[in-house]
Amino acid sequence: MHRRIRNAALRHARSWAVLLALASCASPAAAQKLTGAGATFPYPIYSKWFDVYKQKTGVEINYQSIGSGAGIQQVKAGTVDFGASDAALSDAQLRDMPRAIVHIPTVGGAVALAYNLPGMTGALQLTPEAITGIYMGRITTWNDKRIAAVNPGVELPAAPILAVHRSDGSGTTNIFVTYLSLVSGEWKELVGVGTAVSWPAGVGGKGNEGVAGVVRQTPGAIGYVELAYARQNRLPVARVKNRAGNFVEPTLASTTAAVEASAKALARDVRAPIANAASPEAYPICGLTFLLVERQPRDAAKGKALADFIAWAMKDGQGMADDLNYARLPAAVVAVNEATLASLVAAGKPSH
Amino acid sequence: MTSSAPAIGRPLARADVRARAGLADPAYRALLTLFAVGVFAVLALIVWECARGAAPSLAAFGWRFLVSADWDPVAEKFGALPYLYGTLVTSAMAMLLAVPPCIGAAVFLAELAPRGFGAVASFLVELLASITSIVFGVWGLFVLAPWLRVVIEPWLIAHLGFLPLFRGFPFGLGFLNAGIVLAIMIAPTIVSISREILLATSRTLREASLALGATRAESLAVTLDAARPGILGAMILALGRALGETMAVTMVIGNTNRISASLLGSGATMASVIANEFTEATSKLHLAALIELALVLFAVTVVLNAAARLLVRWTTGGRRDVAGAA
Repeated sequence: MHRRIRNAALRHARSWAVLLALASCASPAAAQKLTGAGATFPYPIYSKWFDVYKQKTGVEINYQSIGSGAGIQQVKAGTVDFGASDAALSDAQLRDMPRAIVHIPTVGGAVALAYNLPGMTGALQLTPEAITGIYMGRITTWNDKRIAAVNPGVELPAAPILAVHRSDGSGTTNIFVTYLSLVSGEWKELVGVGTAVSWPAGVGGKGNEGVAGVVRQTPGAIGYVELAYARQNRLPVARVKNRAGNFVEPTLASTTAAVEASAKALARDVRAPIANAASPEAYPICGLTFLLVERQPRDAAKGKALADFIAWAMKDGQGMADDLNYARLPAAVVAVNEATLASLVAAGKPSH
Repeated sequence: MTSSAPAIGRPLARADVRARAGLADPAYRALLTLFAVGVFAVLALIVWECARGAAPSLAAFGWRFLVSADWDPVAEKFGALPYLYGTLVTSAMAMLLAVPPCIGAAVFLAELAPRGFGAVASFLVELLASITSIVFGVWGLFVLAPWLRVVIEPWLIAHLGFLPLFRGFPFGLGFLNAGIVLAIMIAPTIVSISREILLATSRTLREASLALGATRAESLAVTLDAARPGILGAMILALGRALGETMAVTMVIGNTNRISASLLGSGATMASVIANEFTEATSKLHLAALIELALVLFAVTVVLNAAARLLVRWTTGGRRDVAGAA
């Protein structure tokens, strides 16, 4: 009996608290909580963005970095307000979605080839043919003339090459094999593109740290890792010959140059690969990471809050990219995103 | 005294007992049955869920899943053979490396070591069991791999390279590394359970055999024979851990979908592939194939367990003694 009375009192107290909370909110967005899930690669910058944005606006964004694949599943199931993926969705995947999804690229990332050649000073230079040959298992020793030819004056050892790849499905792998498919018809036909592929040669390490661990431990090893990871761990990385014929070091600037050079293609379809860009300054092995957003948000208020956040991330957010080793988007691509945001519709009218 | 005994001593009336038993006994029995059924229900649920999740892959590949060596997420062709092979090879190697020295250690700790030392040493061995697997993986990658690459593997290639088992480049990662790491991981299970079994068996048997004039070694043979079912039980538990180990193996096995006859070659196990690819598996069939791998791993564990149990029954002629019951 007593309990029942107390429960009733509690219920009343609660509904009053809710009313008070609603009344005290100046803007409806301040009460918003958004949830997202997906890619692990952009997690450091996303969590920074969410943190700063919460302090600024009170909008709380919860993000689970559970992997692009799981993120896509959650978007499909409608259990999150947005998803994140390192690989753009294919046409088939988009058709498979119960609701229309748009891609918003947020930052760029480069994939660097780290190597372990004891006694080597200066940067190793690699051509697309050499990289494909190594990962195809056709170039097996370091003094192969296809490598030596572009490294004049460098004494390359006769040691066997150990090509190291990611064993776990990852966006980094997707960027790397997208590049290989663009530069080699053979790769495209025999191996193809995906977050995990059937590797013709080499060994796999789990995560960037797994690949870097094997490369560091094994003289003669070469492996691909995120640029951010290679920089933080001061791994020697190869300069790669780009489409213009220059050997380019992977840096944030050379990655942004690659995004810039692809701006036109991105304006047509934001999912277009930016690897192997034509610009003379562009580093060729890079990609974008995406937010997956519903074109017609189920919840108009949440849709508006998300669009506001993305608009902020495109302006103030981009300034935080450099510190965290991500390549910022050039103005042309930010404009593409702003056009996408304007096209979002909630309950019949633009949500932004 | 008897007439003024406290209530505990008072003989209960028949009706009283029946009334209490009428409620308590069936309730007790029902509760225990519920627990027992619960264990089976969880197992059945695991199989059911795995089979349901694996349905698209089961439908697409059927039995070919077990014999195909193709694992290509891009072309959506999946076959479990390389991973089945990797799981069996690494587990077999771990058992070969771990069992003889571990049983030796257990005999020493139970029979020969001074009492205090035996207790301390087995405590330390059990401590080994509580180390998380990623620590073993890191050790395998950063300590064992360079040592294998520089010392062991070149020696194996130079001296035993005529066997296909020891051909290839000394990279330090692969089946050999994974087998050694697994052997160390399963050692505490074998040592501590075998020691307990030997302690439980040894006393009376040893005294009896010594009294009959047996030497120390002969008396040890008697206790070991009696403890055999229990020691086999310890090995089954260890094998279970080796089959299912994920993290440490993933870090040192090389993660390739090749079937390599050489122990220096790289491969992958079913558990490691699931751990590697599950989070980023975007296509329905890829996901289903990974779940089917879990189903296959489950089946392998069941089959090996059953085989080991049959082996125990066969070698002991169905005898169940102190050790068998332990």
